[in-house]
Amino acid sequence: MLKDTSASATGGLEIKTVDLEAQAQEFLRTGGFTTKLDDIIAWGRKNSLWPMPYGTACCGIELMSVMGPKYDLARFGAEVVRFSPRQSDLLIVAGTITEKMAPVLVHIYQQMLEPKYVLSMGACASSGGFYRAYHVLQGIDKVIPVDVYIPGCPPAPEAVMDGIMLLQNMIETHQPRPWRDNWKVPGFLQAAEGNN
Amino acid sequence: MNHLDDIRSDLGNKFQKNAFAFSNNFGNDVIEVPKEAILPLMRHFKDSGRFDFLMDLCGADYPSREKRFEVIYQLFDTKTFKRLRVKTHVADGDAVDSIVSVWKGANWFERETYDMYGIIFKGHPYLRKILTHHHFKGHPLRKDYDPNHQQHCSDVLPVHFENDDTYIKDPNRNLVPLNIGPSHPATHGTLRVMVELDGETINRSNVELGFLHRCFEKMGETHYYNQVIPYTDRLNYCSAPMNNMGYCKAVEKMLGVEIPPKAQATRVILAELSRIIDHIVCIGANGVDLGALTGFFYLFGLRERVYSVFEKLCGARLTVSLLRVGGIANEPPKGWYEEVLKVNEEIKKGINEIDKLLTNNKIWIQRTKGVGGISIEEAIQYGYTGPCLRATGLGLDLRKADPYYGYDQLDFDVPTGTTGDCYDRYLVRLEEMRQSTRIIDQVARNIPAGDYTIRDKDIVLPEKKDVYGNIEGLMNHFMLVIKGIKPPVGEIYDATEAANGELGFFITSDGGPKPYRLRARPPCFAIYQSFSHLIDKGLVADVIAVLGSLNLIAGELDR
Repeated sequence: MLKDTSASATGGLEIKTVDLEAQAQEFLRTGGFTTKLDDIIAWGRKNSLWPMPYGTACCGIELMSVMGPKYDLARFGAEVVRFSPRQSDLLIVAGTITEKMAPVLVHIYQQMLEPKYVLSMGACASSGGFYRAYHVLQGIDKVIPVDVYIPGCPPAPEAVMDGIMLLQNMIETHQPRPWRDNWKVPGFLQAAEGNN
Repeated sequence: MNHLDDIRSDLGNKFQKNAFAFSNNFGNDVIEVPKEAILPLMRHFKDSGRFDFLMDLCGADYPSREKRFEVIYQLFDTKTFKRLRVKTHVADGDAVDSIVSVWKGANWFERETYDMYGIIFKGHPYLRKILTHHHFKGHPLRKDYDPNHQQHCSDVLPVHFENDDTYIKDPNRNLVPLNIGPSHPATHGTLRVMVELDGETINRSNVELGFLHRCFEKMGETHYYNQVIPYTDRLNYCSAPMNNMGYCKAVEKMLGVEIPPKAQATRVILAELSRIIDHIVCIGANGVDLGALTGFFYLFGLRERVYSVFEKLCGARLTVSLLRVGGIANEPPKGWYEEVLKVNEEIKKGINEIDKLLTNNKIWIQRTKGVGGISIEEAIQYGYTGPCLRATGLGLDLRKADPYYGYDQLDFDVPTGTTGDCYDRYLVRLEEMRQSTRIIDQVARNIPAGDYTIRDKDIVLPEKKDVYGNIEGLMNHFMLVIKGIKPPVGEIYDATEAANGELGFFITSDGGPKPYRLRARPPCFAIYQSFSHLIDKGLVADVIAVLGSLNLIAGELDR
């Protein structure tokens, strides 16, 4: 037990007695230590998302604006844009994903390391948008799990930032992500997976 | 003698003219010929120098006809700027002669027509699908293909080369196959380049496209004329208003209406602003690909300024959809033209900054000068238009050659290069941006008075205050939305000078509210097919420089 010294030693100030040892015991007993560590890690994660911009179409141009000087996503800690899936933890799918592109997208997603998050930017990525068409995948959630959907065609940069903040909030509050946990490679891609 | 008679007499005794049908449709000259005559006719046009440019080649489907398919060739002459459309009829399963031996540029267009309709081109060097994926069954632009029938693709094609689908390494040579893209920072998300390397040198190369094939033409056929406008936005999304303009201009020509001077002037301003921001993306992205990140930040600041101008006009930034058939969507707010002039001054300053940053930059010059050059003749062979063609030294610009919206009244120059390499393309683009600011200055200072749109109840929607204010307006709005615009029966090919080159729209109307056939002639599709030619025997690092300098916009390339 730690005790404060005499009043004379502190120049006459009264100092509260703190039972640090008991607190530490309590902390460990309740698992508080790991919880706090999780919080610290989550705080770190949410403020250092490394995005991999998967810009395929118009949204990609708007994503450039988000990264650009006026809107500057760096303010949210998403400073480092990585074009390698191995080095990033946030996949921003910005633009239409066609049927031809779907296997590539899944391949990229699989290469990302845990924990990983997916942001679907714009109507096309979220649902196929107004391309109800023979060669357009009707939403990327048909092939990979999506954490945040951003509406718009293309969404304004403010909307993208809102989406990022939403994701940060999810990370901070440890929101369960069943869509991620239950995800498996879509059936029509499994045959090809087996071949590799 | 008019142009068509001239052609008729020129064909003289060389061809059995009885089988040819000459006509004029919405001001376009058309010849219909039997399919056997296509190859000799094209060769004759090319050799006699009457038409030296194959602008477009596409198909059309008429299931009720005995010979259900049409193959449509759009010819152009770079000296007289005359055009001609040649059409031929082909039955299902029948073949037509390939004209790749006449124009190399026909290659991809024929592949696309094969992909979309299943029309076979006899003698084509490599007749494969080009836009749809390799598991795709059927031909989507046939009228009996359901637009909403998706087919999944389960894998990506391995590295392959032309006439070598299953690539096997040559055991006697130390060649390395290398795949770049489609998910690669320098391929802008949707382009795939495959090269075979001999050390650092490219032995041969191939590209794969279609990763952003969004079925523009099928969507065009299943939507009303006004509903197509947002789809055109997403062709070349870096300069959306220009696509709007090309499309609206073609439909207006079909309807036989002329838009008011104020609408014309506003369209010119929007087009030139779009040209500037398109070139900004091209130069900026090209710089980033080569490691010059600073230029991108400088240029994107400018782009944001132009966005703010668009935003004031219509509320959207990128895909603006702000033109309508008959004019523009709404009256520009008060002080908008002054704002344009103000932004224009900032752009001028910005261009000078970029000039200082790049033009004399040693690294920039070393990376781009003498890289990816092409001669005028070859450029024409491949179907180059726009800045890439002008960089070779041929000053073809539709704003001068076939002026519209009063471009002939404006004072501006068409910059040309000499060698057609990446550096020349950059210089041409930079100077075009300067010329665009000149145009904007002239136009925005002298905005004609009057209305911003025509007032034809069958074409233009009434203003919102009338829709909500009186019953006539409401009825008018209702009827036009339900029944749509109905241009007269016929076909038209109409082109504008977009940021990347000639953007043509070929529209067939059957008198209904939807286009029977809507074809966009994409400028960068023609340019991109020369890519292997540009990079072969060069260094692998140059691939990135060339790719960026061509300004390939996937939305327009794959449609």
